[in-house]
Amino acid sequence: MASLGIKNISKRFGKVVALSRIDFHVEDGEFCVLLGPSGCGKSTLLEIIAGLTLQDQGTVFIDDRSVTNLSPRERDVAMVFQNYALYPHMTVAQNLGFGLRMRGVPKEMIGKRIMETARLLGITELLDRRPKELSGGQRQRVAMGRALVRRPNIFLLDEPLSNLDARLRVNVRLELKKLHKQIQTTTLYVTHDQVEAMTLGDKVIVMREGKVHQIDRPEIIYNKPADTFVATFIGSPMINLFKGIMTEQKGRFIIKTQDFHLEYVHDDLRFGNGELEIGVRPEDITVVREAERGLRAKVEVVTDVGAEKYIHTRLGSTSLTARAAKEDSFQLGETISLVIRPSRLHIFHDGRRI
Amino acid sequence: MSRSFLTKTVFIFGVCLAVSFSLVPFLLFVSSAFKTQTQISSIPPQWWPDFSLKFFRSALKNYGIMHYLLNSIIVAGTTTLVTISLGAFSGYALARLKKKWAHLILMGILACAMFPQIAIAGPIWRFLQIMGWLNTYHGLVLPYVALTLPLAIWILTLFFHEIPRELESASLVDGCTRFGTFIRVVLPLSTPGLFTASILCFIYAWNEFFLALLIMTDPARQTMPVGIALFQGEYTVPWGEIAAASFVTTAPLVIMVLVFQRRIVTGLSAGGIKG
Repeated sequence: MASLGIKNISKRFGKVVALSRIDFHVEDGEFCVLLGPSGCGKSTLLEIIAGLTLQDQGTVFIDDRSVTNLSPRERDVAMVFQNYALYPHMTVAQNLGFGLRMRGVPKEMIGKRIMETARLLGITELLDRRPKELSGGQRQRVAMGRALVRRPNIFLLDEPLSNLDARLRVNVRLELKKLHKQIQTTTLYVTHDQVEAMTLGDKVIVMREGKVHQIDRPEIIYNKPADTFVATFIGSPMINLFKGIMTEQKGRFIIKTQDFHLEYVHDDLRFGNGELEIGVRPEDITVVREAERGLRAKVEVVTDVGAEKYIHTRLGSTSLTARAAKEDSFQLGETISLVIRPSRLHIFHDGRRI
Repeated sequence: MSRSFLTKTVFIFGVCLAVSFSLVPFLLFVSSAFKTQTQISSIPPQWWPDFSLKFFRSALKNYGIMHYLLNSIIVAGTTTLVTISLGAFSGYALARLKKKWAHLILMGILACAMFPQIAIAGPIWRFLQIMGWLNTYHGLVLPYVALTLPLAIWILTLFFHEIPRELESASLVDGCTRFGTFIRVVLPLSTPGLFTASILCFIYAWNEFFLALLIMTDPARQTMPVGIALFQGEYTVPWGEIAAASFVTTAPLVIMVLVFQRRIVTGLSAGGIKG
């Protein structure tokens, strides 16, 4: 077990900047998630940490020791690949034991560890099969097992669930969380799935186009997104985002947009001049029927997700999505009132949170 | 008559024609090998032999084909071994090189393979003479390796290209060295390609006549094709012995190809479909 430090890492491929000045720290035993859309450089970063790709600049620290000049073998990290990368010509047992064999672990020890790991993952009956005889979920387990069996310093997982079907993915996600509680190995988990990031991570790092946008606990990422990218990337349905300006009237702050006015409640006000972007999550908007309260809006589409409903409405040129209870019913074209909780507004200036 | 029946008939007819075109000369000498001396010169020709082994015995005894066979095995075996080893290393390097450069080099290799044998025969002979390698095994293996290497590199490059890089990454993270990864992961997964390339190289070296005739003037070093060609005396052409010796030369190849048939087919279609 070890901590992982990333200091000022940059990497280019020709003219394309894959990573630019990445800095973060993963504590010993922490489950850290790297979240970002595809092509944001997160897989490249994993390869750099594993020693498969060399960074142009910066240092990787494992337990405060620079590993930049060490080969993958010497770094003693384990990696789970998106396509599992199981050796097709070896049985499951041989796949699990390969890393141990390469490190000269004695034979009896290898057998013991393979059995331990297989029991932990419930794959004991698969040990004599070859990868092509396994289902997707089973392959995924074997891939996890191959990483676990070595008891590495650090676990690197590159979108390990993305090739599973939806239901299996949820199950494996829960198992993964339990497993980490059990083994407590420092883990860096790469995904583009916000739900995976929010449910698994002790800490989430949001990346885009080779840059880190925010590093925080999942609830902070959701409740206090650092910028408009993080705000829009996390949360489903997407946060409502509209442009407006802030004005002061008799000691009260009013946000004026093209279509409506909103009161804003905050004690610390350092707004720049000019246009702001205002974000509000669908669950922070309440739908009411009384005409004298809130903003009048017209119902355009209703999405029923079962446990709740999302009402997509229009006020002039602005569209707002609000959450409603599953019992409520709405007519398309109906005019309703939206009550926005002032304390839950996210204000951004030049894309950054203020 | 349905259209599909017609296409099928034409197709089957075409295949039969092509097969018999290639097979009839082969079957003729096979049948000759098992004939007796009177059968072989009978007019009209007798198609079905008596399965006599006289010509085999005579080829063995009077013409010493075992010793030509041994030379052929040594030369073709060594050629295959050297070509495949070199081809595997270069093919792997080319498969992992940047596409543009790899393509350029592969084209260069292909261009080398285009030289007609006769154009390089002179220089090769001169070189071997200077080195004192005429009438030696390595003197013949050297040009054979040079001539078979392009094909081997092409086949193997295509094969290594199909092996997902993630497998190599996994092996590196698991603690293998780059070379260890090549030996333990890349090569085992490329066995069909290695088989295909090996067999093609072996067949080439086994059947090659022109260079063997040029380089091996000493009967002690001659390979099977040269040996058989020189059976002919001043006044006699021992057809029966020639056929028997040819049969002995060809049979191992045919058996080998039949045994490894499935692997060769997968090997030749590599690149077209995913392995």
